[in-house]
Amino acid sequence: MSARPPFEPELELEPERYELSEGLPYRFELGRRGFLHLLGGVVVLVAAHDVASQESGRGGRGSQAESELAAWLHVAEDGTVTVFTGKVEVGQNARTSLSQAVADELRAPLDLIRLVMGDTDLTPYDAGTFGSRSTPYMAPQLRKAAAVARELLKELAAKEWGVDAAGLVVADGKVTHTASGRSLGFGPLTKGQKLVRTLSGEIALTPAERWSVAGRSVPKLNAREIVTGRHRYTSDLSPTPFAPSEMLYGRVLRPAALGATLASLEPIAEGALRGVVLVTDGDFIGVAAKRSPEAARALEALRPKWNLTPQPEGRELLERLRQPPEGPREGRRSAPHVVGSVAEALPKAAHRLESTYTVAYIAHVPLEPRAAVAEWKEGRLTVWTGTQRPFGVKAELAEAFRIPEDRVRVIVPDTGSGYGGKHSGECAIEAARLARTAGRPVKVVWTREEEFRWAYFRPAGVIDVKSGTDSGGRLVAWEMHNYNSGGSAIRTLYEAPHQHIEFHPGRSPLRQGSYRGLAATANHFARESHMDEIAAALKLDPLELRLRNLKDARLSAVLEAAAERFGWAKAKSAPGHGHGIAGGFEKGSYVATCAEVRVEPTGAVRVVRLVAAFECGAVVNPDQLKNQIEGSLIMGLGGALFEAVEFDRGEILNPRLSRYRVPRFSDSPPIDVVLLDRKDLRSEGAGETPIVGVAPAVAGAVYAATGTRLRALPLAPRGLPSTRASATSGSRT
Amino acid sequence: MPTLDLTVNGTRRRVPSDTGASLLVVLREELDLTGTKYGCGEGQCGACTVLVDGRPVRSCLTPAASVAGKLVTTIEGLEEGGRLHPLQQAFIETDAMQCGYCTPGMIVEAAALLRRVPHPDEGEIARAMEGHVCRCCAYPRIVQAIRRAAASTSRPAPPGRARTRTGGRS
Repeated sequence: MSARPPFEPELELEPERYELSEGLPYRFELGRRGFLHLLGGVVVLVAAHDVASQESGRGGRGSQAESELAAWLHVAEDGTVTVFTGKVEVGQNARTSLSQAVADELRAPLDLIRLVMGDTDLTPYDAGTFGSRSTPYMAPQLRKAAAVARELLKELAAKEWGVDAAGLVVADGKVTHTASGRSLGFGPLTKGQKLVRTLSGEIALTPAERWSVAGRSVPKLNAREIVTGRHRYTSDLSPTPFAPSEMLYGRVLRPAALGATLASLEPIAEGALRGVVLVTDGDFIGVAAKRSPEAARALEALRPKWNLTPQPEGRELLERLRQPPEGPREGRRSAPHVVGSVAEALPKAAHRLESTYTVAYIAHVPLEPRAAVAEWKEGRLTVWTGTQRPFGVKAELAEAFRIPEDRVRVIVPDTGSGYGGKHSGECAIEAARLARTAGRPVKVVWTREEEFRWAYFRPAGVIDVKSGTDSGGRLVAWEMHNYNSGGSAIRTLYEAPHQHIEFHPGRSPLRQGSYRGLAATANHFARESHMDEIAAALKLDPLELRLRNLKDARLSAVLEAAAERFGWAKAKSAPGHGHGIAGGFEKGSYVATCAEVRVEPTGAVRVVRLVAAFECGAVVNPDQLKNQIEGSLIMGLGGALFEAVEFDRGEILNPRLSRYRVPRFSDSPPIDVVLLDRKDLRSEGAGETPIVGVAPAVAGAVYAATGTRLRALPLAPRGLPSTRASATSGSRT
Repeated sequence: MPTLDLTVNGTRRRVPSDTGASLLVVLREELDLTGTKYGCGEGQCGACTVLVDGRPVRSCLTPAASVAGKLVTTIEGLEEGGRLHPLQQAFIETDAMQCGYCTPGMIVEAAALLRRVPHPDEGEIARAMEGHVCRCCAYPRIVQAIRRAAASTSRPAPPGRARTRTGGRS
C-alpha cells in the first residue's frame, strides 16, 4: 500500500487564510496634527514624534512559509540545553512535544531541555504556528540540531579522553566511554565554551521504533505553573518587577458598526479624562489609564460621531457568498482540479444526485482574548502578545510605525489558545500606539465583546455537490464547488474517474480568516454528507459505500478501526436514535468518526457517544494526542450543532458568551479514541484534522434517527424540527 | 485615597476603594494575583472564579467592596507550603488542560464542589461545572481529574449517600 499522503501538504498558504492578505488595521498619521480640530477644549496628549517616512517592509505577512525552518540549540555549562524555535504554544502542546523530540535525539532527560519559543529577538524566523506544521516540519529540524550537538559532544569527549568517538555512548544526558567506564555530563564537556556548528544537510535521525523520550505520554511541561495560576499569559503580564504605577491599561474606541468610519469626536466635559492618556491618530482613538476601570470610563466619556456605510443584510448572505469578491484581497483563487469530463460522464451515470450544503460563520472564542503589552525604550519597541505569528506581527508593527524591523521585538508567552484566530497583530499595534504617546508600557486586553465583534471568523460558505454513480454504488463523476469558505481538503480521496472540484472566493460581508482545520470541516461536511445521501439513495450501508469507493488504505484503515470500536455492524438505528460515520484526510492525517445521536421528542439533539480513529504517522505523545483529539471532537460538536455568528447590516447580533453558545460539560459525550500508531511514517500534526469528521457523522446520525437530511451547519441550533431564522441558515431539509 | 481591607489567601491586603472595581480587577491589577482570569465579563465562562468564605463566586461580577471582611481564596491560595492541592495534582496527572487558561477557575470551582460533595458522581460534576467554559474542550479530562482528586482524599462518603457506578475509587 502507498504510505505517502495522497496530496503532500503544501507549503503555500491556503486561500482561505483571508486575514493574512488584509491591510493594516490602522493607517497612523503619527506626525500630523490635523486631528486637533476633531477635539474641542479637551486636553489632548498626542505623540508629536516624526517618524522616518520610508515604508518598512512587510516581509512575512501573507508570504508563503519558509521551506527552510531554522532551529537553534545551546548547551550551557550547567548542562542545560536551550532550544530556540519561532513556534509558539497555544495549547496544542508543542512545547512538550518539541522538547520530547530534542531530548530524544540528544539522549538527554526531558528536564534538561528548555524551549525558548516565539521571541523574535531570540528565535529563528518562523512564518507562524499554523497548518499543523510544528510536528512534521519543526520537530525534525530540532532533531537535526540535537543530533549535531550530540555528535559534537561525543567529539569533545573523544578529544578529552584521547579515545575513538566510535566507542562512546550518549545516554541520559551523559557521554560514556564504554570500555573505560569514564563518563561526563554535557555541561562539563562544554567547559563553558559556546558550541557553534552549522547544521549539515544530511544527518540520520532516530527512527520512531527507537524513540525513548518521544513516543510516550509525558505530562505538559509547564502544567504546574498552569494549575497554580503562576503561568503568566500576555494578559497577566506587567513590567518586571511588578510595578503597577508604571504600566497603563489601554482601551480602543470601536466603530458603531462594521464599515463605519469616524466623522468627529464631540467635545466632552472638562475633567472627564483627567489622568487619562488620549490618543487620536487617523481612525485610531484610544485611551490609557492607571487602572482598567478608569480606561473603560474614559472610553465611555468619548462622544464619537460615525459615518455609517450600507452593510448587507444577514439574509443576503448566501447570495453574496456566490458572488466573486470585489477586491483582490478577498481571497486567492486556486485552479480547479479537473480529471476527465464530468459534463460527459454525469448524464450517463445510473444514479445522479445534486445537493447544496452551507456552513455558518463561527467564532474562535479563545478564552484568553487578544492581549498585548507594549513598551518603547530608546526607540525600540517590545511587544508581548498572544499571537500565532510573532514574526508576522513584528512586520506589521514595523510597518504601522514605519520603523525598521530590527527595532521591533515580539515575544509570545504561552498563550490562552488560538485555533487559527490569533494570526493578526491588531491588538499589538493598538498597545504600541498607546504606549508611544503615553511614554510608558501599555497593556491592551480585548473584551469578550471586542473579540466577537472585531476579530475574524471562520468563513461561511456554500458548497454545491453533484455526483453520478453506477449501479454498484461506484462513483463515476464528482463535481464540487465551494463558494467562499475555502479550499482545504476540497479534493476527494474517493475514486472518481471524472472530477471537477473548485474553490471560488466569495464576497464576504464579515471579516474572515483561518480556523482550526480551515475549510476542511466545511468540505468534509459536504462531501461526507453527500456520500451518505448516495448510500441512502442506493440503500447501501454508509460505511460499505465509502469502502467501495476507496483505494487509499490509510483512510480505509481508520474507517474500519472506528467502525469496529463503535460496533458499527451491529448498530441499528431506530426512530429518535441514529448512528453516523464519516472519514477524512487533511494536513497529512487521517480520521474517521462515528457518532451516536438521540433526538428527543422535544427536538433536542443529543450526541450520546463519539468514537474516533486517528492516524498521523508515528505518535509522539499518545496521551496528549488523545487530549487534542477529544478536544477537537467536542469543539467540532459546537460548530456542528449550534455555533453560528448572527449578523445584520454591520452588526454582530450575538457578541457575548450568553448569546453565542459554545460546548460545555453537558455537551461533552463519552468519547473513545483509537490511535493507529504508524511508526514507519513521518509524524504529522494532529491538532486540527480530528475536527473534520464530527459534523458529517452527526448529520448522518440525525438522518438515521429522523429521516431528515440536514445540509446546513450548525445543524440544530434550536433543536429539530426547526425553521431557523438565523442569517446563516440555508437548510434544505 | 480611601482604602478597603480585604483578606486574600489568608493575608490582609489594603487596596484603593474608590475605583468601583470588580474583585477580579482588584486581584489582578492591585494585588498582582493574575491566576484569576478574565474570560467574558458576564459570569458565563467561570475563568474568574474565586472563593469568598468558601463559596465560588464570579469575581468579574463581584464588586470588590462587597467582600470586605470576608475571606477570599484564589488559585494562588490553594497550594499549601509548596504542596499542591489534590485537584491541582490531579489536573496535572490527567492532562486536564490544553492552553490552561480556564484551569484556575475550574480548579477553584471544583475545590468548592469537593468541599460540598466529597465524592461527586459524573452528573454532579458536570452540573457543578456547567458554568465553566474550556474552549479547548478538555471536558472529559477535567471530569476525570475531579474524580481522581476526590478518590485521592480519604474522607468517607457522607452517610446515606449511595456510591455510584462511577465512584472512581480504586
